[in-house]
Amino acid sequence: MKRKRIEKRLEDLKVRPHLIDYEKIYKEFQWEEVASQFEGLPGGGLNIAHEAIDRHANGVLVHKTALVWLGEDGQRREFTFMQMKQESNKFANVLRSLGLSKGDRVFTLSTRLPELYIAAMGVFKNRSVLCPLFSQFGPEPILQRMVRGDAKVLLTTKSLFEKKVRPLLDQLPQLEVVLLIDAQEDESEKVRSLARLMQKASDVFEILPTDPEDMSLLHFTSGTTGMPKGVVHVHKAIYMHWMSGRYVLDLYPEDIYWCTADPGWVTGTSYGMITPWLHGITNIVSEAEFDAQQWYKILQDEKVSIWYTAPTAIRRLMRLDFDPLKTYDLSSLRLVQSVGEPLNPEAVIWGMEKLKLPIHDNWWQTETGGIMIANLISQPIWSGSMGRPLPGVEAAIVQKKENGGIAEIIGPYKEGELALKPGGPSMFRGYLHDEERYEKCFVDGWYLTGDLAYKDEEGYFWFIGRADDIIKTSGHMVGPFEVESILMEHPSVAEAGAIGKPDPMVGQLVKAFVSLKEGFEPSEELRRELIGFGRKKLGVAIAPKEIEFLPSLPKTRSGKIMRRLLKAREMGLPEGDISTLEA
Amino acid sequence: MNEEQIKQSIIRQIVLIAPDVDPGEIVPDKNIQRSLEIDSFDFLKILTALNEELGVAVPEADYGQVDTLEHMIAYFAKRIAS
Repeated sequence: MKRKRIEKRLEDLKVRPHLIDYEKIYKEFQWEEVASQFEGLPGGGLNIAHEAIDRHANGVLVHKTALVWLGEDGQRREFTFMQMKQESNKFANVLRSLGLSKGDRVFTLSTRLPELYIAAMGVFKNRSVLCPLFSQFGPEPILQRMVRGDAKVLLTTKSLFEKKVRPLLDQLPQLEVVLLIDAQEDESEKVRSLARLMQKASDVFEILPTDPEDMSLLHFTSGTTGMPKGVVHVHKAIYMHWMSGRYVLDLYPEDIYWCTADPGWVTGTSYGMITPWLHGITNIVSEAEFDAQQWYKILQDEKVSIWYTAPTAIRRLMRLDFDPLKTYDLSSLRLVQSVGEPLNPEAVIWGMEKLKLPIHDNWWQTETGGIMIANLISQPIWSGSMGRPLPGVEAAIVQKKENGGIAEIIGPYKEGELALKPGGPSMFRGYLHDEERYEKCFVDGWYLTGDLAYKDEEGYFWFIGRADDIIKTSGHMVGPFEVESILMEHPSVAEAGAIGKPDPMVGQLVKAFVSLKEGFEPSEELRRELIGFGRKKLGVAIAPKEIEFLPSLPKTRSGKIMRRLLKAREMGLPEGDISTLEA
Repeated sequence: MNEEQIKQSIIRQIVLIAPDVDPGEIVPDKNIQRSLEIDSFDFLKILTALNEELGVAVPEADYGQVDTLEHMIAYFAKRIAS
């Protein structure tokens, strides 16, 4: 599809945007200005939960709705900022009573229940560290992450616990307590009823002095060569959350905001809880998974004005053969932003035609903690582009030099690796327990993102692909190594190689190639057994959707599986440099 | 085709796409995707396969009507009958 420029006219916008003159704000912006938006703790320091919840509960927004929770079975619950303050105070007191303190890791494994959001704020208040897991992970990814993240407490539900965690308890000796959201009674000293503990907990809690550089969140992201890395974030990240909430999401006090991301992924924490509340905005959370009619109904009934969603969902809405504006009243909606993977140009155009609103793509990563590059409500959109860097963000296209250093590529339309100047408030502060891997991300004063891109003459960035083998499926990263390691555990598998196979709906799907050990023959039955094995161990979010048998996998002379070659063959592309291929 | 046959077709397709699912786990009135951990990609595959087998396509707009085994049986039964 030919690239298309979508112009905006300020007079067509329902609200005058916070950012109108991009160039001017980009040039003049100072992070220090953002500091004045925060109150700070009475005892000193900066704490996410104080800025997101307590200061509103202590002020004029005390009775304003902070959270609207829409349950899977049609339930609807509202929590004011005051209720969020009291409930998260109770949770913080529960953690304190369990002996948890600063830096201790609290993992969550839950669907989008109100308790998850309350707990998150309580974790920040106790200066513990929130480590959210996606509820569709299988036992293996859960175990890997909990071990690597030194999990002390796990908040989960009875069914997820039974299915995925109980069998792992022997392998998690450092795990002290499991809090079950929906259990009425304690099972043991270790497996406790959250409701019981909350009943006894006081709703008053004093947040102890929190350094802006104290660890707040640990999200895991996938690597190409090893197991997932724990990405360390700090309380100060709210500078970026507040700023992007203002300039990208264009939040005003009267907005109703809905971010469809799950807190198991970074968008669901940075923008599904923290950002709207920093701005004192009513935040919609829907527990159910995607359903086209239901989603339109939420946009209509809740009068959502700012909607942050993902390409996979938009592509599914595009499959509906009706005019949403004829069936639903979406007159409150004024801004749609999308993240997770590049938004195809057709989707931007579809938004213009069907919603009468363009869809704005933006770009960032788990490591960056917040939006870095974005299309903005007041600015023209080049459909297919991720937009321009936010104020305070310096981005460039770079290439590696022969001496191992980095050179910036000057000039438009030249492909290279997307790099950012380090040092922003929301940038990660490390990979937990892996300083070496962290340091490898930075070369010659740039953070290397691992994404390939180019820049046009107007300064818009365009995504090309990953520089490595990481698979991007339904907007989240899957490490091929994690998939391959599990398949190798099956008695029949000799070798495994996982790739991302392009798919129109989910971007890429996880496909694995396997060769079998002697004595095993490829069969439909074995293929299904391996699919089932993957699902059981890895969970639906990571497990391969397709498995293909090969007599042997292409390897380098040093024995490394050439995923790049598997992918080229899968896609019918030229095989490129195969000089290192094993004979 | 009676409801029992439709039910067996649905269960067969679910298990083909999600081989780790034990047919006994499929509770008639529970959300299929949530209770069996079938993501939307796999759910689409199940519906595509059922379309091939039963000759009934489920448009995206009707997905809310096929969320449980019970609802799915009723949805297909009604359309096969007509």
